[in-house]
Amino acid sequence: MTATREELLISVLADRLADDAHVAVGAASPIPGAAALLAKAEKAARGAGRMQVTIIHSRRHNPFTAGSRELFDCAARGMIDTFFLGGVQIDGQANINLVGIGEYPTLKKRFPGSFGSALMYYVVPKVILFREEHSPRTLVPKVDFISAPGISDPGIHRPGGPQALVTGRCVFDFDREARRFRLNSVHEGETVESIREATGFDFDVDKPCQTPGPTPERLAMIREEVAPKILTFYPEFANRIWGLAA
Amino acid sequence: MSAFDHMSVEEIAEAIPNGALLGVPADYSGVPMAVTRALIAREARDLRLYCLPLTTLQGDMLIGAGCVADVEAAAVTMGEYGLAPCFSRAFESGGITMQDSTCPALHTQLQAVEKGVPFMPLRGLIGSDIAAHRPDWQIVDNPFEAGDPVMVLPARPLDVTVFHAPFADTEGNVFIGRQRELATLTYGSAQTFVTVEKIVDTNLFESEATAAGALPAFYFSGIAEAERGAWPLGLTDVYDPDGQELRRYVQAARTPEGFAAYLADHGLAERSAA
Repeated sequence: MTATREELLISVLADRLADDAHVAVGAASPIPGAAALLAKAEKAARGAGRMQVTIIHSRRHNPFTAGSRELFDCAARGMIDTFFLGGVQIDGQANINLVGIGEYPTLKKRFPGSFGSALMYYVVPKVILFREEHSPRTLVPKVDFISAPGISDPGIHRPGGPQALVTGRCVFDFDREARRFRLNSVHEGETVESIREATGFDFDVDKPCQTPGPTPERLAMIREEVAPKILTFYPEFANRIWGLAA
Repeated sequence: MSAFDHMSVEEIAEAIPNGALLGVPADYSGVPMAVTRALIAREARDLRLYCLPLTTLQGDMLIGAGCVADVEAAAVTMGEYGLAPCFSRAFESGGITMQDSTCPALHTQLQAVEKGVPFMPLRGLIGSDIAAHRPDWQIVDNPFEAGDPVMVLPARPLDVTVFHAPFADTEGNVFIGRQRELATLTYGSAQTFVTVEKIVDTNLFESEATAAGALPAFYFSGIAEAERGAWPLGLTDVYDPDGQELRRYVQAARTPEGFAAYLADHGLAERSAA
């Protein structure tokens, strides 16, 4: 069995969630959603305890009864371990832009908006940035608009922030002290040079490895346990990746 | 005397004045599409949309039909169907203004209204360009602990909210299930109108199971029956979103002409698009 690109990304993200107690996933995020359900199944299988996976997009996996503000209130008091964010643009200091391209407020190209990022990025201890498109257009020297900053000045309440950036080409770790990304691993077919070419910001390199794919056991778990759950709330994704139909 | 004010969808649209600060629910919680079409039909103007926390088809259609002056939201999008075409066009051409916000801030400013206090603090925000473009938000020092700057957001009382719900009872109590954003909008609004799929001959407060998902009649200025009133968006437990219709909309609304034709196809006279 060979893992698809999506399954590789699910596996990479799941590695980062292994010991979490509560992982939350925002709207339109099938790959992070699948990764969280995989991490939960693996944690249970090794007898390491429960994991709450909250998928806002789902009915069954959305446990909140006080409206969507309950997610933000839980996050603000440190009850969410990991959250995923993306960006139209992400820069080398891990600032994210979900608003648009060009000078604000007269943008050249308008995107939907910042969603919950301007709180979640500050208060969730481990935010994983996930953006499949890895190009100089998405990974830029400086974002045009800061929906939420990667780092904050001393004295600002900031228990949370970025831990990693996972793209369709590689995995970066974010060093909050150095305020820079460091290349952790490159996916099959990529090199340090090809990553440099596709990245608009400067980053550190310290013996990157090739991103490991899922083990056969893990791949089986993705296909047998996780995929049918994803089908219930991301039917188009489950159909495209696994050929499943509701 | 009837227990509540029974209205028509058109009467609700008439009761929302031009220029109103209008509460708009998220696409997963009871979007009043029947009233939205009636607002377009009555040529509403200068509405200011306060979205909790985002809008999809409702906001995009109102913007496209020239009903909107300003949008306050964490996002305007068609979700899995792509960018919101009329919104993008109106924003990029300066046809509307936008106060970019973030989901928890939109909740917080209504929670301040709900509590009758002038402002509420919220973590995060400091150092973002969202805050940099919001002169109405301020940083204060935590009065209880030195060296802890925190952002405070003013209460933002809404003029009117409209939403769609599965049913109301004969007393005018409205069932919202766990779509509690609708409660937040209602508490934060001077007036709230509701459309429902049906009126059921029961009392929601006779059982804890239904009372826990109900809002009491005294909050509502009027209720209209509107079968499939959220269509083409979905209504939890009642019907799913109509994906085919939503795709058709996004395709049509790519151009002002296509949007006008879409309105005409839905019985809404062609008018100048924003």
